[in-house]
Amino acid sequence: MNFKKFTSPTHLIENSPGIAKYFKKYGIFIALLFICIILTIATPNFLTLQNMVMVLRQTSINGILAIGVTFVIISGGIDLSLGSVVALTGVAAASFAHPGTHGLIVPLLVGILIGLGIGVINGLIITKGKVAAFIVTLGMMTIARGLALVVSDGRPVSNLSDSFNFIGGGAFLNIPIPILLFAAVIILSSIILNYTKTGRYIYAVGGNENAAKASGINVHSIKMFTYIMCSGLAGLAGIVLASRITTGQPNAGVAYELDAIAAVVIGGTSLSGGAGKIIGTVVGALIIGVINNGLDLLNITSYSQQIIKGLIIIGAVLLDRKN
Amino acid sequence: MNQQYILRAENISKSFPGVKALDNVQISIERGKVHAVLGENGAGKSTLMKILIGMLTPDSGEIYYKGERIKFTSVHDAIKTGLSMIHQELLPFPELSIAENIFMGNEPTSKFLGWINQKEMNKSAALLMNKLGAKVSVTKAMKELSIAEMQMAEIAKAISNKAEIIIMDEPTSALSNREVDILFGIIEELKQQGIAIIYISHKLDEILRISDTITIMRDGKHITTCDKSELDHDQLIALIVGRELSSIFDKKEINPGEVVLSVKGLTGAKFKAINFNVRSGEMVGIAGLMGSGRTEIVNAIYGLEKILKGEIIVKGKKVKIRSPRDAIKNSIGLVSEDRKKFGLVLTSTVKHNITISSLRKCSNGPFLNLKKENQIVDEQIQKLSIKTSSPDQIVNFLSGGNQQKIVISKVLLNDADIIIFDEPTRGIDIGAKSEIYRLMTQLVKDGKAIILISSELTEILGMSDRILVIHEGAIKVELSKAEATQELIMKHAMA
Repeated sequence: MNFKKFTSPTHLIENSPGIAKYFKKYGIFIALLFICIILTIATPNFLTLQNMVMVLRQTSINGILAIGVTFVIISGGIDLSLGSVVALTGVAAASFAHPGTHGLIVPLLVGILIGLGIGVINGLIITKGKVAAFIVTLGMMTIARGLALVVSDGRPVSNLSDSFNFIGGGAFLNIPIPILLFAAVIILSSIILNYTKTGRYIYAVGGNENAAKASGINVHSIKMFTYIMCSGLAGLAGIVLASRITTGQPNAGVAYELDAIAAVVIGGTSLSGGAGKIIGTVVGALIIGVINNGLDLLNITSYSQQIIKGLIIIGAVLLDRKN
Repeated sequence: MNQQYILRAENISKSFPGVKALDNVQISIERGKVHAVLGENGAGKSTLMKILIGMLTPDSGEIYYKGERIKFTSVHDAIKTGLSMIHQELLPFPELSIAENIFMGNEPTSKFLGWINQKEMNKSAALLMNKLGAKVSVTKAMKELSIAEMQMAEIAKAISNKAEIIIMDEPTSALSNREVDILFGIIEELKQQGIAIIYISHKLDEILRISDTITIMRDGKHITTCDKSELDHDQLIALIVGRELSSIFDKKEINPGEVVLSVKGLTGAKFKAINFNVRSGEMVGIAGLMGSGRTEIVNAIYGLEKILKGEIIVKGKKVKIRSPRDAIKNSIGLVSEDRKKFGLVLTSTVKHNITISSLRKCSNGPFLNLKKENQIVDEQIQKLSIKTSSPDQIVNFLSGGNQQKIVISKVLLNDADIIIFDEPTRGIDIGAKSEIYRLMTQLVKDGKAIILISSELTEILGMSDRILVIHEGAIKVELSKAEATQELIMKHAMA
């Protein structure tokens, strides 16, 4: 991995000309548009307001997770524990959301705080313990899943209050709450990455950790920030999911981290760190959402859907490479 | 057709978007001769070499090898034909053994199933390395070698590939003087065997020492090719930069002020009991061989290396430096010898690199003031005359000299009063070099304290007010400007 920065010299010199450059910059948007056009032609129900809202709502959970992991990936790390954290925080929040027990604020705080706490643990082991992020978060993936099963005794936590269920199922001004939360996360994270010192440091740490340290950046605290941010958002996603399915499911969220990472990669963020944009991740998540939705509308079985999704992920990155 | 030329390239042109990198260039290489190619960064040397070695295809022009017209489509082609290149930044397989590196892609195989014949491979590798005078076991992992030893392994690899032409790109940039002598011995040996060397370097003294023929390039054009005997040092410089340089060191007498940095009994893993002072308005040179501990000493002062014992006193106050953050807070700045590792985020822009260390100057609380940042960056680009198409250019695309200026501007923006320059002109061309010298002179005039580390003795002698010579992790001697000579420094540095 130490040699990943050695791109071929020809690549460094030869900039892509006109159209290719344009495509490189907007390729991901063009791809999304292209898929939408095909689905509009292929199915009568794709381009309806109702379906569009549904796509956005379905995308919001993966979108929130993907934005969180974007921070981690730009800083040069990885987080594989997201799906399990979604399950754990969902179950934990649901346990405090039975009707007539606590106010809404309690399950919300429980879910978010557990998420943040897992981020702190991941971050500490990665920075202070100097263990590879891949290993730490792989371990945490199992631990969080186990905790979710232990806390719930392996059973779904149901019978949740209406106010809790409103988060996933309700709407404000006709816009579903998950979409509003997704939008808020997009805006907030874009501000952090583009307009704060912390954001700038995240890019620097991912681009060259040694140089970042020599520039006086507290590399450990920046990495901590990304893992805490990522797991905290996973906590939010866990609450939204539990609320939407009106149960805390200890088996929920399996492989969600992979969809999130796929969205990040489709969005043009390099897995080697140092570069990437929130808007890319958002479009990446939308592409995955639109594909899921389109394949449903086309009555393609969920088995075949997986194959097609995989092909599209690889194809998208291949296209990006070519440019 | 002249048969003594093993390789001829004629009328080579190559354009990249926005630049004509090569404009009708020619070069002819003779057997058993060292042909030096000289020019500032951006003169087109690297592009020409990449074309010769098959990494790039020319837009026009012909290349003849032993009188036959050839067109390489890959580096592999070139190697098979008899051209090998030893890159400035060696790219070995660090975990593999020397023997495995030498025979990578060309392993001796046994008849049975074509398995690699490990014994045979190690034997041949040992033979090759022995011939080059290297005393290392060929089963040692590449990562355990010094840069000089890695280079020998690369040369051994070229020989094992039956190279008839070896291109060496800045081969001495990371070598000590003694290692340079060894390398030059090897080059002489290769010449005897009829192997031609294309030698690229910025170090004129070396070129005058080792080369037979010199080709000078400027702005993508061939300026002249002549015998070494026809040119002297000053004529070379004039041809390279295209103008007369009266002197690149214009350091005047100085009046040093208060002691701003004092180091007492500083001890680390690679150095012990280091004592010295630096005054404001003074430039202190640190000389010593590579690996003598000189870089570790300054890295420790900057918080990149662990301090085991001793103290650092900044402006009369004892300070604790555990990280570069602490150093920066105490107004110490470092221009690292390894600009790609510690100096720059290569994948990031000119702008972001310049301000990364001093974002506090262009932010309100946690939020960035992008307008202010642009203003600061524009000022810096102008002040240090950094040549870039825009502040948003990725620094990887810039020449070494301009990259170095970005590192320097980063340190200056931090309001450092004590600035450490570790090999500040390594791998950069003469034009940028003299600009950096001028800048350093100006900084001293403004009352900054400078510590200069350099392997180039002319640089140390030309710039420093005092010179500390390091030998095996300790200060061997302190020389005044008046008494210091190249010979004296080397005598102390070597034992």
